[in-house]
Amino acid sequence: MTVALPHWIANDQQISEAKKALDQHTYETVQWHFHESTGSPFWLEKKKSLKFDPLKEVNSFDDLKKFPEFEDEWLRGGPVNRWVPKGLAGKPTYVFETGGTTGIPKSRVVVDDFRIDYENFSYTLPDQYFPKGSNWLMLGPSGPRRLRLAVEHLCQFRGGISFCIDLDPRWVIKLIKKGWMEHLEEYKKHCIDQAITILTAGHDIKCMFTTPKLLEALASGLADKGTSIQEIGITGIFSGGTEFTPQWTRFCVEELLGGPAEESGVYMTPTYGNTLMGLACSRPVTAEDDYTIAYYAPQPRAVVEVVDFDDYNKLVGFGETGRVKLYTMTKEFFVPGFMERDEGEREMPFNKYPWDGVSGVKPYRGFASSTTVGVY
Amino acid sequence: MITINPIRWGKQYKSLEYQDVIHFENGESIAKIGQVNGSMVQMDIRKADNARKALRSIPTTELLARCKKAAYLFEHETLPVGDGQQTVDDFIHQQSASTGLPEHMCRNNMQKNCFVLSNIDKILDALTRGLDLDIFSRGYGEEGRNVTVSFQCQTPVLGAVLPNNSPGVHTLWLPAVPLQVGLVLKPGSQEPWTPYRMISAYIEAGIPAEAFCLYPGGHDVGSTLMAKCQRSMIFGSAQTVAQYAGNPRVQAHGPGFSKILIGDDIVDSWEDYLDMMVESVLSNSGRSCINCSGIWASRHTEAIAEALAAKMGSIDVTSPTDPKSALAAFTNPQMAKGTWGMVQQDLAESGVTDMTASYGERLIERERCAYLRPMVLHADSPSRGVAMKEYMFPFVSVVKCPQKEMIKSIGSTLVGTALTGDEAWIDELTNATHIDRLNIGPIPTSRLNWLQPHEGNLIDFLFRSRAYQLAPLKVAEKV
Repeated sequence: MTVALPHWIANDQQISEAKKALDQHTYETVQWHFHESTGSPFWLEKKKSLKFDPLKEVNSFDDLKKFPEFEDEWLRGGPVNRWVPKGLAGKPTYVFETGGTTGIPKSRVVVDDFRIDYENFSYTLPDQYFPKGSNWLMLGPSGPRRLRLAVEHLCQFRGGISFCIDLDPRWVIKLIKKGWMEHLEEYKKHCIDQAITILTAGHDIKCMFTTPKLLEALASGLADKGTSIQEIGITGIFSGGTEFTPQWTRFCVEELLGGPAEESGVYMTPTYGNTLMGLACSRPVTAEDDYTIAYYAPQPRAVVEVVDFDDYNKLVGFGETGRVKLYTMTKEFFVPGFMERDEGEREMPFNKYPWDGVSGVKPYRGFASSTTVGVY
Repeated sequence: MITINPIRWGKQYKSLEYQDVIHFENGESIAKIGQVNGSMVQMDIRKADNARKALRSIPTTELLARCKKAAYLFEHETLPVGDGQQTVDDFIHQQSASTGLPEHMCRNNMQKNCFVLSNIDKILDALTRGLDLDIFSRGYGEEGRNVTVSFQCQTPVLGAVLPNNSPGVHTLWLPAVPLQVGLVLKPGSQEPWTPYRMISAYIEAGIPAEAFCLYPGGHDVGSTLMAKCQRSMIFGSAQTVAQYAGNPRVQAHGPGFSKILIGDDIVDSWEDYLDMMVESVLSNSGRSCINCSGIWASRHTEAIAEALAAKMGSIDVTSPTDPKSALAAFTNPQMAKGTWGMVQQDLAESGVTDMTASYGERLIERERCAYLRPMVLHADSPSRGVAMKEYMFPFVSVVKCPQKEMIKSIGSTLVGTALTGDEAWIDELTNATHIDRLNIGPIPTSRLNWLQPHEGNLIDFLFRSRAYQLAPLKVAEKV
């Protein structure tokens, strides 16, 4: 019996062309990071301990398997400058942090990557729901995080002005770990109060970034005031930061946003990403597809694989569950395979993004019990 | 296998997420239950007033009649549950298979719930001290002494985070319905059966479906329910009870630390009361807060403990379908092992003796579950740690303590059965505020009189007595 494939699946030619582009991009990125004139002090030093010559022996994406597993511990502590490629020396440089509730956070240096990633992401947003020139609200973590500047840049790139609030996720995680749930609720309320104040101050805000939990809290806060996300004029929501389940997404679409975008006029796109990789977009989420959320990395700048729990160089079959492995290959940052703290199912290439995706993302079973998910 | 869906104001909601209910012996899935999230509960609670409105649209006498009909349906008829039809036998098998309780105990718990609902008029009459239920419906009325009384309902719905371990506790929320208060329940993941079947019986008996929500889900569902319902019940550990202590919105039910106290005037004839003691410890496999976990006396304690061990020590694991089966399984074997470890710590203290040691192994481990056979420990002083312990199996410590020290040493006691005729001591026991239910005489701690409140009167919890004055108005003259 022949089973009909879904209409969204990429064809062989699309997949082949994407693979070719990825191989070429891999080669160029490795040449940049391991050449004495352009590479970062970190990778030039690391090259000395490798059993192969990356400049000669990495000619395709598959050759990245020759590298040892990237240890995110390498990102903790200084000097941060060792991560700046010589080819970018002297350029204005940011440092973004991740983690850090206790101990030293992981740092990533960035020159333009956040702008490039979010400009690329901008092209995936439907203008009908994210109108050019409209103002945004960034209802997410502030401080030393890439997201706050990235969303602001996304908004500016689309011709708008972005409002934001203060939100310290490290404090939120501390509140949860201490069991201070009343304080947690008050802090969440404090954030939502700020957001509602901005949204009701006549700034013509139509788009926003927020996390799933803050989206719930915002919808609830607005309902307490007798209004809704729909009524307040939001039409486009870009959401991310924590796990999306199909059931939550369905609840969000049907009950927090007033229905599917074509009925309610409010469009929500789940995303998956982090400071190391950038931003993965989702396949359109529909009721017909049981609200399955499948993410596709912004290849060739980043790649997502779903690999065997026991062999991180072996892909699982389509539809099978494995651990999420990330690669980052930009001129600013090189990660040849990092084991993310998530697991999920391997998804077939999508015609808009003709490479592997991942769905059903949730905390990796090996870490799940020790992971604290806050608001954020 | 049946699929059980969340219920939102009477309407089934087909979730995209399910959790399996597993048979404790063979690991097979008995049912799958749709899950919701806390945010959905928060959203729905905004419509809670409609639940009370729907119930208030029916006269209380009619509601009482429908509750009695629901009791009959619950106990005798096939009812729609989830996407299937559930017979009484299905219910018993399913509940036993997921909770580890022997089937005859499931049947007893079913009858207990049914008894409460069948006698709901008498129970409410007792709880309200004979007030006309219309006073609670209208909010005020004439008490009968030419005095206006007012009872203001404090919530349109009663929330409850329900337990997995003992299906008998559902008696506590059942009376909310005839008081015209809706129900928002989070069923235990292993014991969805009673709340689902009971709500089904209520609806079949003509109670408006929009009065009910059933929200299976994770911790966020429970915490949201507790935060958003103006009155709620929770069943949990001693820490849970401590967490909500003094919170007028929450009635927290935890371990009972129920005890039998033997007075010096009776203790020499302790053998006359041995069967009552055994029943108090053993009924419902020792899982209830009303099971006796401590027997206190000033003398003969070694002999009492020895006799109890002789009665209970040989009790062994049998099939859950055995009508004489006395032991429930721990469906999570780790919990049994953890409990066993705690008992070992209790026994490490000097002055504590395991009187059941000679009756064979206590911890029985099976492939997917475990059992703990009854244990009787003797403590030579109330200062031994075990004197204040309660576990989820037939476990009792017999504590040697002078009568004059007893009341101040026993600690919090949900049910205290005092074997004494000593009027002075009875007076002291009556005034001991840390004893909740007091039985004077040989009444097993596990035998409740349903006409008396259990851990707080539901009327006092759901309603506030207040002043309400009425004076005639002059009617304005027509212009």
